[in-house]
Order: sequence, then C-alpha cells, then structure tokens
Amino acid sequence: MSDTTHPAGGGGQGGHEGEGATRRDFLYLATGAVAAVGVASVAWPFIDSMNPAADTLALAQIDVDLSPIQVGQSITVTWRGKPVFIRRRTEEEIAAAASVNLAELRDPAPDSARVQQPQWLVMVGICTHLGCVPLGQKSTDPKGDYGGWFCPCHGSHYDTAGRIRRGPAPLNLALPEYAFLTDTSIRVG
Amino acid sequence: MAAPQFKNPVVRWIDYRLPIFTQLNHEYNEYPMPKNCNYLWSFGAIAMVVLITMIVSGITLAMNYTPHTAYAFNSVERIMRDVNFGWLIRYIHMNGASMFFIAVFIHIFRGLYFGSYKAPREILWMLGVVILLLMMATAFMGYVLPWGQMSFWGATVITNLFSAFPIIGDHIVTWLWGGFSVDNPTLNRFFALHYLLPFVLLGVVFLHVAAVHVHGSNNPVGIDIKGPQDSLPFHPYFTIKDTFGLGVFMIIFAGFVFFAPNFMGHPDNYIPANPLVTPAHIVPEWYFLPFYAILRAVPDKLGGVLAMFGAIAVLFVVPWLDTSKVRSANYRPLYRQFFWVLVVACILLGYAGSQPAEGIWLIVARVASIYYFAHFLIILPLLGKLERPRPLPASISEPVLKGGGRLATAAAAKPMEKA
Repeated sequence: MSDTTHPAGGGGQGGHEGEGATRRDFLYLATGAVAAVGVASVAWPFIDSMNPAADTLALAQIDVDLSPIQVGQSITVTWRGKPVFIRRRTEEEIAAAASVNLAELRDPAPDSARVQQPQWLVMVGICTHLGCVPLGQKSTDPKGDYGGWFCPCHGSHYDTAGRIRRGPAPLNLALPEYAFLTDTSIRVG
Repeated sequence: MAAPQFKNPVVRWIDYRLPIFTQLNHEYNEYPMPKNCNYLWSFGAIAMVVLITMIVSGITLAMNYTPHTAYAFNSVERIMRDVNFGWLIRYIHMNGASMFFIAVFIHIFRGLYFGSYKAPREILWMLGVVILLLMMATAFMGYVLPWGQMSFWGATVITNLFSAFPIIGDHIVTWLWGGFSVDNPTLNRFFALHYLLPFVLLGVVFLHVAAVHVHGSNNPVGIDIKGPQDSLPFHPYFTIKDTFGLGVFMIIFAGFVFFAPNFMGHPDNYIPANPLVTPAHIVPEWYFLPFYAILRAVPDKLGGVLAMFGAIAVLFVVPWLDTSKVRSANYRPLYRQFFWVLVVACILLGYAGSQPAEGIWLIVARVASIYYFAHFLIILPLLGKLERPRPLPASISEPVLKGGGRLATAAAAKPMEKA
C-alpha cells in the first residue's frame, strides 16, 4: 500500500513504469469514468423531460371526413398542433403535377409518391424552410408561380403536389402518415 | 491601497469579519480610472442599471402573468388594464429590453473602436460576448410570453433554425418544443428559462466587472496608465460622470415608456397567437434585425443559419483576429475608416432585415453580410500588418495637456503631489 501511495523514486508519474503508478492511473481513470456515467445518467431524465410528454403523444391521431369537400376545395385541420392541408385537386392540377420533369425538382418526387389517391392531396401545411404556414388554401390566396402554395415569410413556391419549386425551402411539404378508412374519410397519424 | 479606517463601529465590526466594505472601497471608491475616459465609458454602468430595472420589473410582472397558452395573452392584457401600475411596469419591461440592447451595442462598438478587447482584456471581451448571447436568448424567450401572433411565429421561425442541422435537427426542434409544434410545453419552458437566464446574466456580468477591474478600463488613447497623474479615483469623478450619463439615458428611456411605448413593437403582437395563420410579414425585434438579414442573405437554409451564428461566434476571436498592437482607432488612420464602414454595414443589415427579402434589399443584405465577415476575417488581420499607425503619446496626460503652456504643465504636476 505504501508503494501505491508513495511510489519509489519520487514523483509517481515520473519516467519509470512503477506498478504503483499504473494502478493509480487506472483507479483515477475508473473513478472518472464512473463519475461521467453517473452524471450522464442523472442528466438524462432532466433532458428527456423536455421531450414530448405522453399526453402530447396521445393526441397524435385524428379522423377526417372528406365528403363535404368539393373538387378544387381545400380544408385545413389541426394535427399534433400543426395545420394539415387536405385538397381535392382538379383534373388540371393533377395533370400539371404529373407532367413535371423530375430533373427540375429540388427534392425530386413523382406525383404518385405524393398521394394515395390522385385527387386527394394530404400534407403538413408547414413550410420546410422555417415553419410558417404557406398561403393557398383559400381561393383568394396567392398560390405562387406554380399554382400550389406560396409561403409569405421568405418566398417559397410550392406546386400542385406540394413540391418545392422556388425559394429558400429545402424540401417538399411533408406528408403525414394517413390511411383511407373509407372512400371519404381518412385517419391522420 | 491600505485598508481604510471606517468610522462607524458596526461597519468596522462587519468589515473585520467579512471585508465587503474594504472591497467596495477598493473597487468603487479609490479604484483608479484613466482620467480621459469619455461618456462612451458610461454605457457599461448604464447597461448594468437597465439590467437591474429589467429584473425588478420582470419579477413584478411574473407575479401577474400566467404561462399557459389559453391565459397568457389575457393575463398580459389584465396587467395592462387592471393591475395597479401594470401598464407602467410592462412598458418599462418592453422598452427596457430595447434600451438594454442600445446600451450594449454602443458599449460593444466603443470596445471595437478603442481596441478594448486587446491584451490583457481578451477574457473580459469574451465574457461580454457571452453576455450578448444570454441577452439574445433571454429577449427572444421573453418576446414569446405575451403569446401574440409575433410571439408565436417568432418562436416558430427561430426554433426551426435548429432543424437546419442534418440528422439531429428535427430531434432538437421537437425537444425544444416539447411537442410537435410551438405549444403550451414550449411556453412553459420559455417562461422558466426567461426567469432564470437574467440571473445567469447577472453572474456573468459580475465576472465581466471582476475582469475589467484586474487591469482597469481601457481609455480613448488606448495606452496604459503610467502613473497616478494619469488616473482619477472612481468616486466621485466617475460615479458622478456615469450618473449624469445615466440621467440622460433614462430621459430617453422614459420618453419611450411614456410617449411611444409601442414604437419598437409590432401591432401584430396584439393579436392572440393563431397556429393556423402566419402574419404576412414576420420580423423580429429591431435588435435582431442585422442577424436576421444575414440569415436571409444566404440562399441556403443551413448556410444561413451557420452564417447567423457565425456573426456572433466571430466576435469571440476578435482579440486574435486584430493583429495591430495599437488599441485606439484614434491612432489607426485606416482602421478608423473601416470601423465606420462596419457601423454602416450593420445599420444597412438592420434596415434590410426589416424589409421583405427580395429585390434591392436582398442585394444590400448580401453585400453588407460579406463586408461584415470580411471586416473581421480579412481586414482586421491584414490591417495590423499593412497599416502605419500614428505615433502614440507618451502618456494619457500628454495629448490633453500639450500646447497648454505653463499652466498645463503645472496642472499635470499637481496630481503627483496628491499621490
């Protein structure tokens, strides 16, 4: 023990590899490692408490009746505190969305990958730039240069499939998980 | 610097056990200030007073505020209409934030002009940048609390900045929100942090003041105190000077509070938050506009975010980017001109940030952003090598007293006797 606490040769960390110095180094590192794991495991509950709570997660599903929506009409519903755009697209809008050259797109996606049924477009109505709600849901709104949606905050233009065409946004409008329960109702989430 | 003899026996009794009176005397009474410090040196003290004003008004506001999405907006209106002097306290707090930034921005530009960040004051300067960051975080979260349209959408846009980071970005944003959008959990935590951070700020201010007292304040000439003839005791010379400067500042502050309380705000924030409708033109508070302009000047999301954070980060390393040995711009003919170009660039950025990001203002913002970074990253390092500074005076007293003839010489000699 006296070797461990007072390694011979003055200055345990000195030039020579005494057994005591190695053991002390090991104890030192092991204590540090235990402390680090301890701090991390104590910190995690506090950090995780800031993540979405169980009741917030539980509100993450809604059912929407589509039957009142006419062709060319849009509605906005709230899902997880966010607006979800549901648009019953016209034939021209579907045709315009399908005829786009994918090579021109910033975030390439064919129209078929954006919808489950071509006339129903369901998207999260949040600009992928900094989270504003794009205009284009009301018939009087500006719809941007591609006839879809236009974000007034920083000028992103989305087309009739909600794909980013111009402006600072990096991605297409996000698609929520949804499923058709019947022909005229969906469950989002 | 011997311990003073206090007459009051209670003071003496306490001081013997806990020498706070000796400390106060040392730091705020006999503390030697360069005698040529002008009114620009008052803004540190002014910022300190505004911080205390913000804490006092903030605590009284918190006693009447409800951090819940359903009640926040109405509780603020209740403060305005029903709480005794609530309108006054809220307008002080609202405008106090702007006044705090005005004082601190002047304080920072004063430091840049007179080279106050140079050795041995680098840590002092870096603590100052930490204070600026804490102020920005606190101001941002405070602006969210009234839960108006600008509160909500400002919070949405700013928290979404973090989504620009690849892979972890979305997780960070969800974590910041405590949900899938800015909502009640977000408001609650912002209130908690808005209450906490000013006290953290106060702690860093304490370190900042401790750091400045190690080597003393810089001064307009930018050379060190050579002897007692170059300095004056802090009290009463600078306490009275700072008090006068503070008085003028407070008149302007009160002018806003009583005559134009909403001048620096946005009417949209008197509309309750609506998560489904974004206001047509979102702008942050004026003190964030230059940074907002830099964010929008970069045509790439991640690039813009990095440039905006970089605009502050670059300030941390200014002491090492500036290679000139001469502190004060008064003796640096070229740096002085570039300094004013930087001031103009920052003002242009601020104006461009308030305008829609298109056409001429986008171009102005881009040019000014490029200058901002070039100033720190290219011009400062090169100037130190290329510039030929004017000769520095031998002492702080010399430039003031030269040409003053015999009278001046006599005046210069006099403080020597006192020492």
